[in-house]
Formats: sequence, structure tokens, C-alpha cells
Amino acid sequence: MLAKRIIPCLDVRDGKVVKGVQFRNHEIMGDIVPLAELYASAGADELVFYDITASSDARTVDKSWVSRIAEVIDIPFCVAGGIKSVQEAGHILAMGADKISINSPALTNPELINQLHDEFGQQCIVIGIDSFFNENTQKYEVYKFTGDATRTQQTHWHTLEWVQEVQLRGAGEIVLNCMNQDGVRQGYDITQLKAVRKVCAVPLIASGGAGNVSHFEEVFNQADVDGALAASVFHKDIIQISELKQALAEAGVVMRTPYIKTES
Amino acid sequence: MQQKVVIINTGCANISSVRIALERLGSSVLVTDDANLIQRADKVLLPGVGSAGAAMRSIGQKDLIHTVQQLSQPVLGVCLGMQLMVEHSHESKTGSVACLNLIPGEVVRMQVNEQRLPHMGWNTVSTAASNALFQGIPDKTYFYFVHSFCVQLSSFTVACCEYARPFSAALMKDNFYGVQFHPERSGEAGAQLLRNFLTL
Repeated sequence: MLAKRIIPCLDVRDGKVVKGVQFRNHEIMGDIVPLAELYASAGADELVFYDITASSDARTVDKSWVSRIAEVIDIPFCVAGGIKSVQEAGHILAMGADKISINSPALTNPELINQLHDEFGQQCIVIGIDSFFNENTQKYEVYKFTGDATRTQQTHWHTLEWVQEVQLRGAGEIVLNCMNQDGVRQGYDITQLKAVRKVCAVPLIASGGAGNVSHFEEVFNQADVDGALAASVFHKDIIQISELKQALAEAGVVMRTPYIKTES
Repeated sequence: MQQKVVIINTGCANISSVRIALERLGSSVLVTDDANLIQRADKVLLPGVGSAGAAMRSIGQKDLIHTVQQLSQPVLGVCLGMQLMVEHSHESKTGSVACLNLIPGEVVRMQVNEQRLPHMGWNTVSTAASNALFQGIPDKTYFYFVHSFCVQLSSFTVACCEYARPFSAALMKDNFYGVQFHPERSGEAGAQLLRNFLTL
């Protein structure tokens, strides 16, 4: 059985892992490589590294840490942040990243998704979507440049339409960041994730809102997502990955069990 | 004397992670598209990420098709590298791409009903315990997969995986081995498989 994935997300700024509340007021959580190693050995199924400043201040991802991570990590990892061309994506994949995640640049230039798909294959292309529930319009709206509170912009896309558009263009996976929930640890946005799930035929990763073990159980069992991404609950030691995976397995969610070598 | 491990430079994207995984096991690894160096290696890896058409074009342009077909030392194809080992692949806009024809079989798009494609994540692999590649790896061990095409089960299947339907997780014929999953991204289990390959 394909296991559901637990994915710690490490927001990176200037080579350090940081975490903000609703995308603002970032605190430094620690150095990137030891944290990556720690999560991999604790049973994380995959890691995501977001260079949160890259898109908003027109830099590309600082590439040196990608190879440092590739050297110590033996599970898949994805790199996001300011990747705006096929060439930049190629550099990051060549340094050992398994996937690249595109968010704001895909909104600015949707054709980039097609180009990345044709060059590297669908399996490498993750589309991150920052989605905000607008109480006035009662719609889910897509935002860009969310790494910098002063530059964050609403786009003309409604979330469900953008989810369909990126799949047509060749996305291999979608990470849905539910902005209303981000960093506040009140639970994943099950209603929104269920709605997105209905129009999403590629793997869907839930992001934003994890605060306790039951939040993970809800998102897998109710929204049928393929993976759950979380940051602060892991960085702040609120949840231990091993205990989380054990609790989820007991709740009927398929979890990867550790490899134990057999003696021959 | 340390053995010569060569990764064929197919021009595909996951070469670094395969190289690093082998280096972690203490191997010294050469990434090359030089036919002489490939022929003289003790172990050869054929990595691959991307599409079969692009990869076969790249191998063809480097004039390496015949070189790979003539190898007699252990060769391990990884993911797309495994798919390139069979006769042909349907992963093509024009219908079918001729592959390296090292192992009978063909690559087809996965039929998954309501489930998602790509097949992405950790899935259990059922192994034939007697196969040297899976020495020390228990049945139902999790490996990391990411693909939308697969090779169906055949008499050359040495490990199988199931996603809506069963498919070949590993193939073997003579000195040619292939794994659909990514051992370089499959933690300790993947490291054990690579160690097994290096000691063949």
C-alpha cells in the first residue's frame, strides 16, 4: 500500500530555518543541515525547503545549501523559491533536489509549468498554491509573493480554477497552503482541501494549520490528501514525528514502517 | 583494490543523488559518457529521470546504445533507467520508443482507476528472497517511488509493487538489474540494496 506522507517544511531565509505566524514575523529556528538530518532520521517521509524571500525580492534560491542537504539526506526533498526558468530549475535538480516547487513565478508566467514539464518530466514539478478564504466573497483566492508581507498580492485566480489549470499544464503534485490557517495550529482547512481534492488528480499535499495529532488524522481521513506538510509543530517539538506516525497508523492511516535488516 | 563504479551520464537530472548515495557507502564513483570507461567499470549504473524518448535520444546521440548492450558486468538501471532496459516504451507523444532491449518487456502507462498519478511516495515491495539484490531486505519493505509508467509483471520480475494493480518493482536478466523505485532516496533500505549491488 502506498503510505501517506508526513512532510516537515523548512522555511529558509539566508541559510537559516525560520517560521512566521501567518507568513509574518519570522523567528530563527535553527541551522538548515542539522535540522534536515534530524527530521530524516526521525522518520519524515520527505522534506520541503522554501526560500521564502527569494520570489519577493527577485533573487533566486541560494543554491549552495541544496548540495549540502543532498549530501546528508537519503529521503526525497523538494526545493522552492524564486525558480523562474528551466535553467534555474535544472541547476537545482542537478545539485540533488528531487523536485522543484513553483509558486509565484507560475502565476506570473504559467507557460513555465509546461516548459518544466517538457524538460524534466511531470514527477519533478510541484506547484505551491497560497490560497486565502475571502469572507466577503466566500471564495478561495490565490495570492503570490507571500514570503514578504509588504509585497503580497492577490491574483485574479480562484483556487479551484488554478488547481485545474496547473494540472493541464503538467504539474505532478500540488501543495495547497491554506493561508488563513498558516502557523496558527488550529487544524488543516478540511473544507477547502476536500473541495480541491475533487478537482485534483495528482498527489495533493495539505499545508497550514497543523497543531496536534488529531489534525493530521482528520486531514488524511476526511480530505484524502496524499501528504501533510507542517512546520512549527515539528520545529517547536510540539509533535514528535515517530509518535505522530504511530498514532496515525493506529487510526488506520497507512504509514511507512521503518526498515529493519534481516539477518541472512 | 577498490572497484570502479561508473554512472552513465545520460544527461538526466538525478545523477547527483545516485552518486552521493554510492559515495556514502564508500565507493569512488565516476560519472561519464566515455564508452571506454563504461566498458572497463566493475559496476555500471544507468540512472534516469524524465521521459523515455528524451533519454534514448541522449544515449543515442552519445553513441552509447551498443556499448550498454554489450556490457557483461553487473548493470543497475534506476527508475527511468530500468524502463530503458526493456524493449520499448509507450511514454512518447508519437506512440512507442525503442529502448535498449536488454530485458524482454514493455513500458506502459499505469492504470490506476480512481487513484492519483504520478504514483508518488513510499510503497511496499514484495521480493523474491533468493535474489541477491534484495539480500537482507524483508518482504514488504518500503521504497520511494515516483513514476506514471511501469513495466508489467513478467518472468523477469524479481520484486513487485502494487498501486491499483501489481507491476514490476525490480527486473533482472543475466547481468542486467533494474529497479523502478529510487534506492538513493529510500533511506536505509535503499542503501542496503545499493550495497547488495556493489557486492554482486
